[in-house]
This record gives sequence, structure tokens and C-alpha cells, in this order.
Amino acid sequence: MLEARLYLLQRASAMLLAPLVLLHLGLILYAIEGGLSAGEILGRTKGSLFWAGFYGLFVLAAALHAPIGLRNILREWTHWRGRSLDLATGGFALLLLALGLRAVWAVTA
Amino acid sequence: MQDTAETEEMLEVEIWRGAEDGALRTYRVPRRESQTVLDVVTWVQRNAEPALAYRFACRVGMCGSCAMQVNGKPRWTCRTHVAKVAEGGKLRIEPLANLPKIKDLATDMAPFFEKWAEARGRHEPTRTRHEPMAPVSPENPARAAANAGIECINCAVCYAACDVVGWDGSYLGPAALNRAWTLANDERDADRCGVLRAVSQSGGCHTCHSHGSCVEHCPVGINPTAGIAGLKRMTLAALMRGEL
Ligand code: HEM
Ligand code: SF4
Ligand code: SF4
Ligand code: FES
Repeated sequence: MLEARLYLLQRASAMLLAPLVLLHLGLILYAIEGGLSAGEILGRTKGSLFWAGFYGLFVLAAALHAPIGLRNILREWTHWRGRSLDLATGGFALLLLALGLRAVWAVTA
Repeated sequence: MQDTAETEEMLEVEIWRGAEDGALRTYRVPRRESQTVLDVVTWVQRNAEPALAYRFACRVGMCGSCAMQVNGKPRWTCRTHVAKVAEGGKLRIEPLANLPKIKDLATDMAPFFEKWAEARGRHEPTRTRHEPMAPVSPENPARAAANAGIECINCAVCYAACDVVGWDGSYLGPAALNRAWTLANDERDADRCGVLRAVSQSGGCHTCHSHGSCVEHCPVGINPTAGIAGLKRMTLAALMRGEL
């Protein structure tokens, strides 16, 4: 049950990540090539619900996707199993979520 | 006779002797036409090493008891021709990977079969023997999916070929999951949801990375990867319906 849930969450988050990563990369290229300054970028993101939603979703998907993958890798490559591993990777998910949302807040709020 | 023996083509055969802490020993075995790897092992046991332990029964690819690592790859030795696998007249024959070694070429198959039981590999009937047989249409897609997986000979070649089994001792592995897939598609099974629950445990079908080493090595052409992918889809559908 837990395994099936995590499997579903990892695939669903990957499906979200795929277009978000592409858009994010495109955006970086656009900002750099267009020669936007940090101030100009912030001017466009501050107060924008769209960018808050876009990067908020990105952070949420990454915070789900990466710890589930990490849990799989640790189970395969170490002898770490069970509750302590679930709690540790769950903690890692919360950490990614907190750091990510803080960054989104900083550029959009 | 002496002369022919001198000029006879010989194979250089390394064979694992002992248990986990054993080592390879080298034997020189005469090359024969249409010789199988099992023939080579049998020659060594009869002529050079009477105490050599190994398993076989049918010699025709039916029973699944003769699997060994041959030059690093798991194979059914009774149907593997030396001509196909010998590299420069050399063979290295070891007990099947991913299973505890007992002695020489014999492994302890218990973990392999215990995982069939863990995957709920036992058929739960919907009828008793006193009732007529259930009619099952061979055209039914579920039946076709089950049919593709039922010729498994329990040889554990796929189990030895699967890296994930080697990494994660709790992983049920391709053969047990393939068996579960055939039951999950069997309309005569009374508890197909029970199969899906069994394969959704830790170490179940979601552990598979779909890299297909099992398909590549299965001697009878079964595709456990496809069955496991099917189980993943079925378990997700059951999860959505709240049946898992
Ligand atoms: C384009 C976006 C992405 C897609 C489509 C994607 C897809 C996937 C898929 C399908 C798996 C499962 C592989 C398996 O079980 O065999 C996976 C695993 C994994 N992903 Fe992603 N991913 C993406 C982005 C990311 C990002 C941004 C991270 C890290 C922050 C990440 C970290 C991981 C990790 C650690 C695993 C575990 C590796 C494994 O199970 O073999 N992924 N990814
Ligand atoms: S596809 Fe799955 S079962 Fe087959 S070898 Fe790879 S991990 Fe193992
Ligand atoms: S699936 Fe193929 S390789 Fe695996 S045990 Fe069955 S016959 Fe052997
Ligand atoms: S001896 Fe029976 S399958 Fe090889």
C-alpha cells in the first residue's frame, strides 16, 4: 500500500517535473540572453500569482519526487530499511519543501 | 588410443568448489560434438571429481533444476551448447547468483521459492473439485496475458540475472512476480485482490526498475518485465478504487 502510493507519487511528480523543468530552463535562457538584471527579474516576479504558483508547484513536485527516489537508492545501496529510513527521507522531503517555498516566497512575495 | 587422446581438443573448465568461502578449480575436459555445459559438468563428476555436487533431472529443458552461471551469465546448462558459450576454449561454471551456495554448483533454492509464496503464488480456487470446470475463453485478453507467463519452469535464471535481487534481499524477483501476474489475470482465482496486496508490500512489484535483464536471460522466452509493469498498473488501479 505505502509502496504503491509512493510509486504513484513519484511517477505523478515526474510527469509534472518534465514540463516544469523545460519551462524553467527556457526561462533561464530567456533571462540571460535577454540580459535582464536581477532587479528587472524581481520586478516581474514580485507579486505575481502566476510565478508563485509555477515555482510553488515545482518545489512541491521536487520535494515529493527526489526523497522517494533517494529512499529507493538507499534501500538498494545500503542496509538501511524500515521506519528510520522512512522518517529520514520524509524529513528530507520537508526540508526541501521548506527551503524551496522560502525561495519562492523571497522572489514573489 | 593414446595418440588420439593427445591430439584431442580439450576445454579448460573452471568450476566452483565448496560453499560461500570456496574457490574455482580448473579441469581439462575433452571437447565433444553437440556438447552441452551439463555434459561438461557430468564428465568432470564422472572422471575427475566424484564428489562434485550439482543438480539436474530432465536434461531436456523441462524441469528447471540445472541452472548455473556460465562465464558469468545464468543459463539452463542442459540446453546450453558449449559451442555457443565457450570463449577461447574456456568455461567458468559457478553456482547460480543471488542464492546461498550450499556446495559446489548446488545453491539453496529456498529463498527463491519462499518468495513465490510471499507473492501469493498459490491459486485460490472459486470452485471445488466436485463442480464442473469453469469455462475460460482463450480469446479473453486477461487469459492471453496469463498464458504468456504460465510456461515458467522455475529455473531461477531470471532471479540470478536481476541486479535488484542482488541489491535488495527483500525483493520478490521476476519469477515470483510473473507467477503473481498470471494469477492476477486468472478469472478462476477467488482472491485476485489478495495477489495485488501481496505484491504491493515492501520488496514487491514497485521495486522493479524495468531494465529487462530477466527477459534477456529467461530460457523459455517469458517476459517478467512486462508482467511486472502490468502488476504496477493493476495495483495503481486497485489503489484508486480503494481496494489495496
Ligand atoms: C524532468 C523531470 C524528471 C523526470 C521525468 C523524472 C523521472 C523519474 C522516474 C520515472 C524515476 C523512476 C526510475 C525508476 O524507478 O527506475 C525517477 C527516479 C528518481 N528521480 Fe527523477 N525525474 C525528473 C526530475 C528529477 C529531479 C529534478 C530530481 C532531483 C531533485 C530527481 C531525482 C530522482 C531520484 C533520486 C530518483 C531515484 C532513482 C531511481 O529510482 O533509480 N528526478 N525519476
Ligand atoms: S526488469 Fe525488474 S525483475 Fe527484471 S531484471 Fe530488471 S529489476 Fe529485475
Ligand atoms: S521466468 Fe523464465 S528464467 Fe524465470 S524462473 Fe521462469 S523460466 Fe526461469
Ligand atoms: S536438467 Fe531439466 S531443465 Fe536442465
